[in-house]
Amino acid sequence: MWHDIEHVFIEQSLVAAFAVVGALILVSNLAAKRFTRGRVHGSAIAIVLGLGLAYVGGLYTGGKKGVADIPALAGIGLMGGAMLRDFAIVATAFEVDVIEARRAGLVGVLALALGTIIPFLVGTLTAVAFGYHDAVSITTIGAGAITYIVGPVTGAAIGADSTVMALSIATGVTKAVMVMVGTPLVAKLIGLDNPRSAMAYGGLMGTVSGVAGGLAATDPKLVPYGALTATFHTGIGCLVGPSIFYLTVRALVG
Amino acid sequence: MIVLGVALLAACTLVGVYLGDLLGVALGVKANVGGVGIAMILLIVARLWLSRRGGLTKGVQFGVEFWAGMYIPIVVAMAAQQNVVAAVSGGPIVVIAATGSLVLCFGAVALLSRIGRRDPGSPEVEHGGSVIGGEAVPAPTGKQG
Repeated sequence: MWHDIEHVFIEQSLVAAFAVVGALILVSNLAAKRFTRGRVHGSAIAIVLGLGLAYVGGLYTGGKKGVADIPALAGIGLMGGAMLRDFAIVATAFEVDVIEARRAGLVGVLALALGTIIPFLVGTLTAVAFGYHDAVSITTIGAGAITYIVGPVTGAAIGADSTVMALSIATGVTKAVMVMVGTPLVAKLIGLDNPRSAMAYGGLMGTVSGVAGGLAATDPKLVPYGALTATFHTGIGCLVGPSIFYLTVRALVG
Repeated sequence: MIVLGVALLAACTLVGVYLGDLLGVALGVKANVGGVGIAMILLIVARLWLSRRGGLTKGVQFGVEFWAGMYIPIVVAMAAQQNVVAAVSGGPIVVIAATGSLVLCFGAVALLSRIGRRDPGSPEVEHGGSVIGGEAVPAPTGKQG
């Protein structure tokens, strides 16, 4: 009986993922209404639940892809993978109000610059504090603080060893998870309630998965504005990480 | 035709990602430089062009808005496949670097969002939010071509 159900889930993996995620969101919306009287967004609960399940799934399978490593839930990997995620992000741009976006444009550019420099500085200083003295390791860990893609891309380009790469990726993943969970909590405090601040937020936080989750959990109307700037962030990080940043660090530490 | 909307979205995504790849090669980076962002800009431009020429039919609109409405469910699926175990067991250097940059960046958002006057918000933005939140009735009045 159980085996047959599992078989259907494996064979119809993407369809099963739609059903499972739909059920998860239904439960989260009910919980948001019942227990928080609508003060916490249903999507915020769903995303935190998703992260919790990813933790349990990761412990259970020992894999790197959360619940997607469980064969019956492999469709979640397809549904939440980069392809459909980017497709849906682009679709949100259809809802962009051009006037609002133009007004926010300059702030977005400024945010992109700060969002690359600030995390890199924090990452490098932490690396130095923990006893890393070579330019390659310091740069790779610093780049990981930008996003978990910039870290390994930079590390691979300048020849970092695998333990440093792992640290760099873990830093980026931790940041992404913290952005998803933390954004709705601090949204009011940092003035994240209009398209302009959402564009600043997207450029500063960068991590596309973090921003995707953080804004979805905070306020859907801000999603396209934050996503627009955030999607440039990784590319810029990969550009300056192995070049300007590495050369600067090498000049400083020798 | 709904499929025309989906095809428009797909075409914008493909062209954007392709341009992002080209930009990456041109700049000598092993990554896509802003491909999704370029795709978003293409879609915004395509929408303006279509609405001016009267080509923004209900079907086209629904084909794109369906995927905008799937955004949050897809993000939930994305959250469920993060390597949370690695994030939780990363050790102090990981936690300090991540928390430090997060706090400073949140601070910078607060600073930047205070530049200039406050946004009163607009009905278009509110409507976009309800579409992405998955609560809007497709093809609203006033936005049709």
